[in-house]
Amino acid sequence: MENVIELRNVNKAFNGFELKDVSFSVKKGFVTGFIGGNGVGKSTTIKLIMNLLQPDHGEVSIFGLDYKKHEKEIKQRIGFVFDQNVFYENLTLLEMRNIIKPVYRKWDDALFHSYVERFKLPLKKKLSTFSKGMVMKASLTMALSHHAELSIMDEPTSGLDPIFRRELLDILHDLMQNGERTIFFSTHITADLDRIADYITFIHNGRHIFTKEFYTIEEDYAIVKGEVGLLDRDTEKEFVGIRKFNHGFEALTAYKQRTQNIFGDTVILEKPTLEDIMLYTQKGINRYVESHT
Amino acid sequence: MQIIISNTSKEPIYEQIYVQIKKQVLTNELQAGAALPSMRELAKDLGISVITTKRAYEELEKTGFIYSVVGKGSFVSEQNKEMILERKMKVIEEQLMAAIQNSKEIGIELPELKELLTMLYMEDV
Repeated sequence: MENVIELRNVNKAFNGFELKDVSFSVKKGFVTGFIGGNGVGKSTTIKLIMNLLQPDHGEVSIFGLDYKKHEKEIKQRIGFVFDQNVFYENLTLLEMRNIIKPVYRKWDDALFHSYVERFKLPLKKKLSTFSKGMVMKASLTMALSHHAELSIMDEPTSGLDPIFRRELLDILHDLMQNGERTIFFSTHITADLDRIADYITFIHNGRHIFTKEFYTIEEDYAIVKGEVGLLDRDTEKEFVGIRKFNHGFEALTAYKQRTQNIFGDTVILEKPTLEDIMLYTQKGINRYVESHT
Repeated sequence: MQIIISNTSKEPIYEQIYVQIKKQVLTNELQAGAALPSMRELAKDLGISVITTKRAYEELEKTGFIYSVVGKGSFVSEQNKEMILERKMKVIEEQLMAAIQNSKEIGIELPELKELLTMLYMEDV
């Protein structure tokens, strides 16, 4: 399968923060959800993908092209949605369009107006009067109106009410119908990913933890519940993270089958949510990183 | 084609799709040669990811219930369906043989066995 985004051994250091040897790829024709807590490197990674930052070491290639030689061509083919307002607040949506339109060869006014109508956006009101949800819709409109092959969205669902979030997911499903589009989006609202994401890329503390097909996550991972007496120094190694309570323990395993073999019927295994995985990885990161690539 | 998926079920979603399409093929609700919706269409309708429907279709293909033509889509297979029915029939024969053997061992006569079979058959609907 073709990779639209490829990061190879990307390193980037700031004051007190560092992306370490991050390598992953994003497959063409699919939706990849990008998850991780606050301050673990999600935005930095997206900025590297957008060439707003350059790696200290390693390579970033988009559509198989290198930013050093093909920046303009790459940017033409990307639609980008920020989590912050990147528009000039004193302009109207129409004026903003007039600025953005000439930048893109494939700009499509009919498409632009169809989204404006669908999102019920006012064309002639100043953007400063827009609510957070409206700004996001305006941002989406701009990103979707030039037939981008790759959409990169930083927290597109944050600040949106549940009804519009659902509508957005429908729009994304529509975009994916021909199999030529690729979407890479970061989110905190992991429930949205259940409905749309094909792959999940998870980073933590500046490291890439995994990129997996969504369904393999529930094949590999499980929440394990049992009596505290079952835990000792050896069995604890089995888990990504453990929470102990007076009445028992709850833990996350990344090797569901093996854990099942070890504990048998003495424990209960449940399907984990992405939030569970994020939470336990946070708790047990040191051990986890050693045992995973 | 009707498919109903449950998000709270323990069964993975691709498995639920697989089982339901398989059942519809076996009961002839989906007839040989019938076109299935594209993976992307089905994903959209069910509000799930494309990779999930892709996995379900791949499993259906592997087990011979459907086949795919590049650029055209997926269709219900024909000769494989008969093979499946035949295979199923064979399994049923074997299981019945085992039941007959066991019955003979403890002296259950045919009418009694028939009665038992009828009872179980009616119960399990």
